[in-house]
Amino acid sequence: MERCFESDPFAGDQLAVVRGGRPVFAGLSFSVVPGAALRLAGPNGSGKSSLIRVMAGLLRPTSGVLRWGEEPVHQDPDGHARRLAFLGHADGLKPTLSAGENTAFQLRMRGMDRSTRTEAMQRAFATLNITSLLDLPAGWLSSGQKRRAALAAVLASDAALWLLDEPTVGLDTASVTALEGAIANHLASGGMVVAATHTALDLGARVTDLDPATFARRTATLSELGSGWGVS
Amino acid sequence: MGRFWAIMSRDLTLARRQGADLAMTVSFFVVVVVLFPLGLGPTPGQLAEIAPAVLWVTALLAAMLSFDRLFQQDSEDGGLDQLALSGLPLSVVALAKALAHWLTTGLPMIVLAPVLAITLNLDGDAYWALILGFILGTPIVSLFGTVGAALVVGARRAGVLVALIVLPLTIPVLIFGTLAIDAAANGLSIRVHLLMLAAILAAAIPLAPMAAGAALRQALE
Repeated sequence: MERCFESDPFAGDQLAVVRGGRPVFAGLSFSVVPGAALRLAGPNGSGKSSLIRVMAGLLRPTSGVLRWGEEPVHQDPDGHARRLAFLGHADGLKPTLSAGENTAFQLRMRGMDRSTRTEAMQRAFATLNITSLLDLPAGWLSSGQKRRAALAAVLASDAALWLLDEPTVGLDTASVTALEGAIANHLASGGMVVAATHTALDLGARVTDLDPATFARRTATLSELGSGWGVS
Repeated sequence: MGRFWAIMSRDLTLARRQGADLAMTVSFFVVVVVLFPLGLGPTPGQLAEIAPAVLWVTALLAAMLSFDRLFQQDSEDGGLDQLALSGLPLSVVALAKALAHWLTTGLPMIVLAPVLAITLNLDGDAYWALILGFILGTPIVSLFGTVGAALVVGARRAGVLVALIVLPLTIPVLIFGTLAIDAAANGLSIRVHLLMLAAILAAAIPLAPMAAGAALRQALE
């Protein structure tokens, strides 16, 4: 696990998101430096998932900028996608492919060659204690096992930034501990982690808490949010 | 390029393992075509006359059955997010998906159409026009279908909606496909009809994936 990321800090400046005509949050700024983590807490519907999707570049913020170092990420969305590994609500597993085939496909889509892919995958599956599931169809797995198989793709990736949306859903205590170990390893090698979670997930010593709900401006009118992108 | 093939080969693997989806589309094509001789009775002249339209319309309808699975599953299980984050433009993702769709739906139909044409008493001179028309026409249908499937991602009753969007777009394919067969049966040149199909295909290969990619981007938000 001796990878070392030499990445720039990842930051967001005055981000606002409007969904369905309703402002989710506005004026939200954050910053993550290499080796540090960001925990998104807050009640359901506070915009944690929206914020993670904005960070991944899947959702365009209504206003505000994301920066990688000094460079705004919307200038090079593909480059940004290569730097991050994203785990959403859904596990993204195909039920008829085996757990190993699912992960291998995701790593192949990251452009990893066959030998690196196999090695990284086996290490990640061993870390999460699911080596025995490699050849089982994902459709046969329990929800916790599926979550771990999906996490394995993140662990095996060569991405500096991990974006995890409720990573511990369905995980047992032993798996949470294994995930915490993997996160600690990733942070120690200079990676960054952003996790939205309700449970007590240990994200290391250098963790900042952020609650998007505190940036909610329920009374904000759409025009106040500035132009930037079109508001539907 | 590696990632393009990765998507295509994964979709082919999925189609093979979920063989029932593929078998249903192809069986629909076979069953509906075979119903016509049964319904019209043994009047060979009449059958030969309607054969081009029956083969093409049935092929279009059978293809419609297969489009809802193109992106719907990926959208529901989060796979679409991962595809969007692969760094590959979504238009290229759409092209890979369209190619996999054609290989699993269009290609079997090209093989089956001449066999089914026998049951419809198709004129002996028209077989090449039928086969060439299908070779040029089925990829167009797959490409148009990809646009429709991308537009209805997340919609309710997506299967019906995609047929309503895509079928009108395929009218030129139907017209030139059947005209080519009619021309061949009457001993006329089929060249111009096939060239028209080739022109539509040449335009659809770059344009349809671009439209599908834009629709997918919209679906992610």
